[in-house]
Amino acid sequence: MTPTYYLLLSALLFSIGAVGVLVRRNAIVVFMCIELMLNAVNLSLVTFARINADIDGQVMAFFVMVVAAAEVVVGLAIIMAIFRTRRSASIDDTNLLKY
Amino acid sequence: MNPFLAQQLQPVDAPGIDWGAILPMVIVFGAACVGVLVEAFVPKHQRWSGQVVLTLGSIAAAGIALGAYVSGRPSHGVLTMAGTLSIDTPALFLWGTLLALSVAAVLMIADRSVEPGGSFVAQAGIAPGTVQDRAQVQSTGMQTEVFPLALFALGGMMAFTAANDLLTMFIALEVLSLPLYLMCGLARRRRLLSQEAAVKYFLLGAFASAFFLYGLAMLYGYAGSVRLADIATASAGTDRSDTLLFAGFGLLMVGLLFKGSVGPFHTWTPDVYQGAPTPVTAFMAACTKVAAFGGILRVLTVAFEATSWEWRGVMWAVAIISMAIGAVLGLTQTDLKRMIAYSSIAHAGFLLIGTMALTDEGLSGTLFYLLAYGFTTLATFGVISLVRDSSGEATHLSAWAGLAKRSPLLAGVFTFLLLALAGIPLTSGFIGKFVVFSAALSDGMAPLVVIALVFSAVAAFFYLRVVVLMYFSEPAPDGPTVSVPGAFTTASIALGVIVTLLLGILPAFALDWAGAGGFALGG
Repeated sequence: MTPTYYLLLSALLFSIGAVGVLVRRNAIVVFMCIELMLNAVNLSLVTFARINADIDGQVMAFFVMVVAAAEVVVGLAIIMAIFRTRRSASIDDTNLLKY
Repeated sequence: MNPFLAQQLQPVDAPGIDWGAILPMVIVFGAACVGVLVEAFVPKHQRWSGQVVLTLGSIAAAGIALGAYVSGRPSHGVLTMAGTLSIDTPALFLWGTLLALSVAAVLMIADRSVEPGGSFVAQAGIAPGTVQDRAQVQSTGMQTEVFPLALFALGGMMAFTAANDLLTMFIALEVLSLPLYLMCGLARRRRLLSQEAAVKYFLLGAFASAFFLYGLAMLYGYAGSVRLADIATASAGTDRSDTLLFAGFGLLMVGLLFKGSVGPFHTWTPDVYQGAPTPVTAFMAACTKVAAFGGILRVLTVAFEATSWEWRGVMWAVAIISMAIGAVLGLTQTDLKRMIAYSSIAHAGFLLIGTMALTDEGLSGTLFYLLAYGFTTLATFGVISLVRDSSGEATHLSAWAGLAKRSPLLAGVFTFLLLALAGIPLTSGFIGKFVVFSAALSDGMAPLVVIALVFSAVAAFFYLRVVVLMYFSEPAPDGPTVSVPGAFTTASIALGVIVTLLLGILPAFALDWAGAGGFALGG
């Protein structure tokens, strides 16, 4: 099976994630969409590793997973802090800073 | 045979590490880890002093290690850690800049004289608006985790400016960003604004780093390697897919330009600069800008020099948009911190002109501009933190009316810094703009330089508006007071002002150092 399909799938997942970040209103869902984007990149990396017959891409996918995990820790802490203040995780409510 | 298995059969050699070259970075990261242990094991009342000594001591030690290495360094730079870090002249210059700037920033973070207990929250877990929150505002405690976080961010910035492959760059980007997201949300007062700034910075920052990462994957597919030199080799005349190359370049640049708060990717900048505690804003405005443009310089020069004709038009547009947004929207601001944020967007446009030049003059000019701009903007935020009323900092422009009558010294210092941001002669801002624009001019970007000069003039208007407001308006009867800063904030403002003045009068020393050598290109 040709690896190009995996690249197309990865691009599709990345686009779904990017659109999700732009249209969804819940901070947790926005954050999940960002994770979807990172994992779409992982799919690309391992596919390119297969195409290039090179192991580097697979190792990079592990790096990305670790970074994504660290990002979850920091991100959920920040979202929790603001949820406890406002009792809502909607990013439309956080509108004190503008213009 | 399966290609992956074939690779595993080869013996693995441990990469050589040039400890002398990376010692400054190792010291900073080591001290950050020790700082975390201090948080865990030292009693609460001793933590502040312990952390301040540890943080400033480690930055000083890193500076000494850097100085000792610079005097005997090889002139072409070294590649170490299996070629993932390139310790060359620009990297060493940026390390020195980052260490010097972070000394001033840490002094501001540590200051407890302007606001009793410092500008950081006593307990980050307390919800804003509650009884406990009103108690913590009055208390003198402080969340001292800020110091190790600042050191981690500094270490990430140092790794970012020396990273010689995209994966190292991505890891360094996250190591510098994640602590900053947290530091933004730790203000003692106006905690809703502070937390909102943290959420916005985090979500947008993670979004941008996903773009950076997808660009990395595209370039890996294109070149079969994420090493910057390999990408350059691959793009110099092959029949590979240009789609992958330029899609990768574009996505990568979105992530990098976001960190540098350039042009259309600036939307987080005003909100985060306004909402974050002012010492953190100063740290971000100065150090993040230096790190981001150090990274952009290296990527453009080392990996994409051969394809510069293809991307230069797009970067022209980005630079123009950035200068226009910064200068025009800066005019409409009524909050001082937001105004300086828009000024930083305009400055990012000027810096981008220097990075596009891809000549030796462009490189040294941009490095000098970063040094000059960093100290000026740091001192600017230091001064802003001093003008206060009962609810904390008074950053609304109307509160600054007639300030010269109350505190001639503060108004004088602030005027000098604003003139430096505007680029008036005898300040470092003028020399910085001059070297960057002349490098761009000699590289055939005359129309862009003319546009940049027009926007400098527009931006000068909003700096001068503040000066006029301070000197020629009557002070409001219930206006803010000017705090007398303690030794720490005084030292950091004085450092910023002295460097701004010195680089304006005697720029040759720093210019020589900035122009002492180019990037190490070897793979």
